[in-house]
Amino acid sequence: MATPIEAVNDFVVKFANINGSGSASANALFAKAIMRMGVPVSPRNIFPSNIQGLPTWYEVRVSEQCHLGRRGGVDLMVAMNPQTWDRDLAEIEPGGYLFYDSTKPLARAKFRDDVTVIGMPLTAICNDAYSDARQRQLFKNIIYVGALAALLDIDADEVAELIGEQYKGKEALLKPNVHALQMGRDYARANLRCPIGLRVRRANAVGNRIFIEGNNATALGCVYGGATVAAWYPITPSSSVAEAFARHCKRYRTDPDTGKARYAIVQAEDELASIGMVIGAGWNGARAFTCTSGPGISLMQEFIGLAYFAEIPAVIIDVQRGGPSTGMPTRTQQSDLLSCAYASHGDTKHPLLFPEDPKEAFEMSAQAFDLAERLQTPVFVLTDLDIGMNERLCAPLEWDDTQRYDRGKVMTRAELDQGREFGRYLDVDGDGIPFRTYPGTHPTRGAYFTRGTTKDRYARYSEAGPDYVDNMLRLLRKFETAKSLVPKPELAAAKHPARFGAIFYGSTGPAMREALASLAAQGIYVNALRVRAFPFQDEIAAFVASHNKVFVVEQNRDAQLKTLLVNDAGVNPAGLIPVLHYDGTPITARFITDAIAAQVRKLNVRPIQSGKAA
Amino acid sequence: MTYLAKPRLHHPTLPKNRRGYTRRDYEGAISTLCAGCGHDSISAALIQACFELDVEPHRVAKLSGIGCSSKTPTYFLGNSHGFNSVHGRMPSVLTGANLANRDLLYLGVSGDGDSASIGLGQFAHCMRRGVNMVYIVENNGVYGLTKGQFSATADRGSKSKRGVVNTDAAIDMAQLALQLGASFVARSFSGDKEQLVPLIKAAIEHRGAAFIDVVSPCVAFNNHAGSTKSYDYVREHNEAVNRLDVMVPRAAISAQYPPGSVRAITLHDGSTMLLHKLAADYDPGDRIRAMNYLAERQAQGQVVTGLLYAEAEPEDLHASLNTVSGPLNALGERELCPGAAALEKFNASLR
Ligand SMILES: Cc1ncc(C[n+]2csc(CCOP(=O)(O)OP(=O)(O)O)c2C)c(N)n1
Ligand code: SF4
Ligand SMILES: [Mg+2]
Repeated sequence: MATPIEAVNDFVVKFANINGSGSASANALFAKAIMRMGVPVSPRNIFPSNIQGLPTWYEVRVSEQCHLGRRGGVDLMVAMNPQTWDRDLAEIEPGGYLFYDSTKPLARAKFRDDVTVIGMPLTAICNDAYSDARQRQLFKNIIYVGALAALLDIDADEVAELIGEQYKGKEALLKPNVHALQMGRDYARANLRCPIGLRVRRANAVGNRIFIEGNNATALGCVYGGATVAAWYPITPSSSVAEAFARHCKRYRTDPDTGKARYAIVQAEDELASIGMVIGAGWNGARAFTCTSGPGISLMQEFIGLAYFAEIPAVIIDVQRGGPSTGMPTRTQQSDLLSCAYASHGDTKHPLLFPEDPKEAFEMSAQAFDLAERLQTPVFVLTDLDIGMNERLCAPLEWDDTQRYDRGKVMTRAELDQGREFGRYLDVDGDGIPFRTYPGTHPTRGAYFTRGTTKDRYARYSEAGPDYVDNMLRLLRKFETAKSLVPKPELAAAKHPARFGAIFYGSTGPAMREALASLAAQGIYVNALRVRAFPFQDEIAAFVASHNKVFVVEQNRDAQLKTLLVNDAGVNPAGLIPVLHYDGTPITARFITDAIAAQVRKLNVRPIQSGKAA
Repeated sequence: MTYLAKPRLHHPTLPKNRRGYTRRDYEGAISTLCAGCGHDSISAALIQACFELDVEPHRVAKLSGIGCSSKTPTYFLGNSHGFNSVHGRMPSVLTGANLANRDLLYLGVSGDGDSASIGLGQFAHCMRRGVNMVYIVENNGVYGLTKGQFSATADRGSKSKRGVVNTDAAIDMAQLALQLGASFVARSFSGDKEQLVPLIKAAIEHRGAAFIDVVSPCVAFNNHAGSTKSYDYVREHNEAVNRLDVMVPRAAISAQYPPGSVRAITLHDGSTMLLHKLAADYDPGDRIRAMNYLAERQAQGQVVTGLLYAEAEPEDLHASLNTVSGPLNALGERELCPGAAALEKFNASLR
């Protein structure tokens, strides 16, 4: 028997449930109550492509040090799903804890002897207390939350207060929920050994952080960024962006005098139509976006190419997930980088933004509209399921009221009247960005015909080779300009001079930071660069060049960022070592730590005592 | 092919419309289509309709897909913004453009391949959404630009120039538009300017999804004996249901609508065509009857032309979405951005 784990404010609890059983809201209460005690939590949903019946998990990282990535391993398993019992049991750390419904006796062989088993006859308790089947099911969840509160020293009053907020004005629901909670707590106190080795202690580590889903923040970013047209087609995990956008618009964008909408949202017939509408609206001077996921990006390819060549602003939010079809797709990945970066036929490339959390999802979504209009091109915001569909603690959202939208180079009627020369594809400023006019601007000047590739600098039809080449070179200059506009990478230098570097991006951030701390504790020092956008600024290539080896940490199989680095930043591939995690679960700090430590050992570098480089 | 600038010398005596524009102001670049292509006649009809209706050219946005037909927006309304988008997807681009600025006139030009084959889905959905637009399909039953393959409007049993017989059933775009909820549905013939121009004018006046299926023979690939979209075939099988000589205000279309009459129609090539049926009892205010009527005539091998259906008080997509009365693209930070104070409140609700 391993010694039971003892940990305060630093452990992992995982709930194994059945989809549709009402566990989701109870589990969220659990996480939020801990947060209310001033201890950061980071919950993650792992759910099936299914509405009812299949297994679903909810993993809560409790970390006073505010490590919000997945750690790896489970200290307490709340095993509520017999279907997944074996693998759930296997996942528990030696010395960990198992909480289960002991109503039906289970054979000894069904347990492990290196974990502490805590049985509570939940079904029996519910059957005694309630006669209605639905109530038995729903309150079972609240009862185990009450029991866990006792077991982990969570203040049950915090849970009760949350229930109060949730059912404000619905007394009929409030009371029985609080009652169920107390029933669970009281049972545990009377019959189980409380608390266990894992405990929550009040702290002051949450600060003014907010707790928000990335998709919600993304949608609000689109509101703040001035999007007026949204077109979308439902697909997990991006649908909630459109749904949240509709909610926010209703609240913030309804004309107070007329009750009319300062926005238009269309649920299109498919992703081809969504992006077509966005391009039509962008062409016509509105800020427009679509939100989708990988399969939608695949369908949009032709149109994205048109927008690239015709130079039409568009914002595409891609909440990435696993590949095609259904099943894995409701798991997270960072596997659309290449299909977005080079989306479409012909020579095309597009700016990509990589937010790491809801706060950045908000900022980058808003910024994407400025970039799209400044650069007159499609801009991608690449989040993923892990950021998008989980509540995450992050710094409060901020907005500077003095900032103005950058509507880009738009020639006005007055300017045309003054006789300014207008050539739709004329590079007047040397930055590759031409002027455009909105349709309807001027009776005799500034009209032009929009096509894909076949044109000269004045947008006249031309199939002449030199005209084509001229235009393609200007588009390259424009892409160069994009480098200076997209978010810069963020460097986290190791405490000691380091020969190794690591490059990472997006949702890998929180786990990466914990891994860097663990590696440093082992004497392995790594300088880390968080890439926040494509095209890559020169300092990214310089970072690679200044290290012996650079680990590129990604959540896909094919090392897509690495490919982009080699292909577009001219980085020497020999200096790059991919660290890849792509089983559909969010990457963990332990995975990164182990992978990098193993590589460092392989590279025959002995960790040296602190104070020296590793 | 390169762009050919058209001399824009205005003859001082050219007649002007009420906005002071001459017909010339509605023209575009010189067409690069085959001589005799039905599509060019449709462009001419569009020019005439816009001129006669005193439409301000720059307040029109012309959008198209890909095809010979979709190339035509270059050949009319040279002072309007145009958009040659991708094959079969003009409807979505037009919808988005319309959402951005409801104050312009949206003219969608497409082909039968563009709208009935690859783009059937988008065609259907923009009709059912009621996008305020004039949507013209220049229907020749073939893919002109890719050299004569059958499109989805080619009649079953019709023969291609190479002698291939089409075995698939034809899609009747007008019938489909009726079914999908278009609030204005008409059919005409490219060679029948007298009928086509008033129909285009009525469609422009209409504040909703207005669709015109214009049979437009392709002289290169579909004007031979086996084709059911040839000049001769259409002339022989045309049944015009009515005639719109004078533009009447939108609300009055159905009320004052005159019963059909027998008339001669001059085709663009100068020949005259006799429309041999009249429909004294034809009521363009009744969608269901229009659908039945089309189906009955079709069973008899007839192509019904004219205004098939027009809703007197159509609702468009903006009405469904309850959008503000001005263009969305004219709104600025003040109307769009909730600001820092609202964000602070939002943050507070998430702790
Ligand atoms: C995605 C895609 N597939 C195929 C084509 C090739 N293509 C160009 S035009 C055309 C058919 C056009 O037919 P229609 O719309 O009837 O126009 P028409 O030339 O007959 O006026 C096709 C298949 C294309 N441009 N894009
Ligand atoms: S190929 Fe047919 S449709 Fe195309 S321009 Fe020639 S006649 Fe017209
Ligand atoms: Mg055709």
